[in-house]
Amino acid sequence: MSGTPKIRIRGLTKSFGEKKVLDGIDLDVEAGTSYVIIGGSGSGKSVLLRCILGLIVPDEGSIEIDGEDLLTTTSARRAALVARIGMLFQNGALFDSMSVADNIGFGLRAKLRDGAGHKLSRAEARERSGDILKQVGLDPSVGLLSPSELSGGMQKRVGLARAIAGTPEILFFDEPTTGLDPIMGAVIDGLIVDCVKRLGSTAIAITHDMASARRIGDQAAMLYHGKLVWKGLASNLMNSGDPMVDQFTHGRREGPIKMELRR
Amino acid sequence: MNFLLDPVAALGRATLALVRHAGALTLFALLGLSHLVRPPFYWRVFVASLIDIAYYSLPVVALTAVFSGGVIALQSYTGFAQYHVQSAIAGIVVLAVVRELGPVLAGLMVAGRVGAAMSAEIGTMRVTDQIDALYTLSTDPMKYLVAPRLLAGTMALPFLVAIADILGVLGGFAVSTTKLGFEPGAYIIATFNAVKPLDVTVGLVKAAVFGFLIALLGCYHGYTSRGGAEGVGAATTSAVVSASILLLAFDYLITDLFFAQ
Repeated sequence: MSGTPKIRIRGLTKSFGEKKVLDGIDLDVEAGTSYVIIGGSGSGKSVLLRCILGLIVPDEGSIEIDGEDLLTTTSARRAALVARIGMLFQNGALFDSMSVADNIGFGLRAKLRDGAGHKLSRAEARERSGDILKQVGLDPSVGLLSPSELSGGMQKRVGLARAIAGTPEILFFDEPTTGLDPIMGAVIDGLIVDCVKRLGSTAIAITHDMASARRIGDQAAMLYHGKLVWKGLASNLMNSGDPMVDQFTHGRREGPIKMELRR
Repeated sequence: MNFLLDPVAALGRATLALVRHAGALTLFALLGLSHLVRPPFYWRVFVASLIDIAYYSLPVVALTAVFSGGVIALQSYTGFAQYHVQSAIAGIVVLAVVRELGPVLAGLMVAGRVGAAMSAEIGTMRVTDQIDALYTLSTDPMKYLVAPRLLAGTMALPFLVAIADILGVLGGFAVSTTKLGFEPGAYIIATFNAVKPLDVTVGLVKAAVFGFLIALLGCYHGYTSRGGAEGVGAATTSAVVSASILLLAFDYLITDLFFAQ
């Protein structure tokens, strides 16, 4: 293991009104590892990813990528650091005004430059999008369709294709298997593992799908009420010995985690 | 005691909300404008927006202008005949159309058509994470979605109003010559004698301001929408209503600035 983690988070805190969503999060993600964060709905998982991406400004704490603090650096450096991250959104978040090929081409043109430092041409981006569609198990002809013509599983694959198009060093996955049947969920997980391995990326996935967490993750942590209450190997998720993690992973009603009325 | 204080508290809350929205809208406008002068500029989005506003709004604006010009001629004739000053109708039609009805009616039509569409499109992108996705793809959403639309709105409305002015005057001309018995040559001469370059210029200035406001409010309400389909619907309504009100308020301010004696 190298001295500096790829992503290092210290004391990250975020409140919305009086509700503290993140409460002093400390997390190290080593380069080349896949980290899975589990937790119930509303536990702060998505807010954590959005803080790292700069979509939400935290109240306190630090977020470092390769030792450089995103929150105190210049906006130009922050943009450059965030550009190294690819993101698969929960619902794909494909641009519905563009074709599938143009969605992937957008990812290519946004992040890749040719030898002279110029953006790829639209024609070249469209051509390369076919190769990327093949990498996620789709025929290049799918590029001609619009996102609304795709099934949920295909939208996830295209979202993954767009996320990996810029060959990012870091990949985030927000609930990658939500809304998919178990077989398609396993297919998406397999594609994620393949892409992360092929690109040599560092990955963070948030999920409450235990099968997915074990397939994707090397390391895992559980977020509860804005705090990381457990960290360990993803392979130990089902027998962690922690009463909270055990209740969550086995889906038991009785235990330390209480259902609350949501306001 | 509460029955006395509650209305005051409600007024205070409404005032604070109004000030907060005005501040947020001003900051949003300044940020959008700042992206117009900082590269990159997304020309394809600009051209698509320009075509959408200028070209596809043309039929509704043209029809509104033709009928409005005709109605002014008819209504003016009814009133002016009592005082035997029907000869002023050509001047009334051209000034009403060029100074007021052209810009205002075109603006309201475009606010209803384009402002609503902009708000719905950007609002849907907001609630389906497409705006966040733009950000993760190293693309500033303000630069990509807002700045080109602001410029397109500001440029498209003067074009539409110029067309509306011509068609409005033609509508008045058609009614006056075919129905009210005016001699075409005399009507045209009276029209050109009545209108001055300042009238046309102020009408086009109004159009540019209205175009900016419509695009700004469409983008702002879409960009700040929350809460799924219901939130997008509410944002769309707010975009049209607020653009219509601001458009009429700015119409008064600009008229007062140029024509108040």
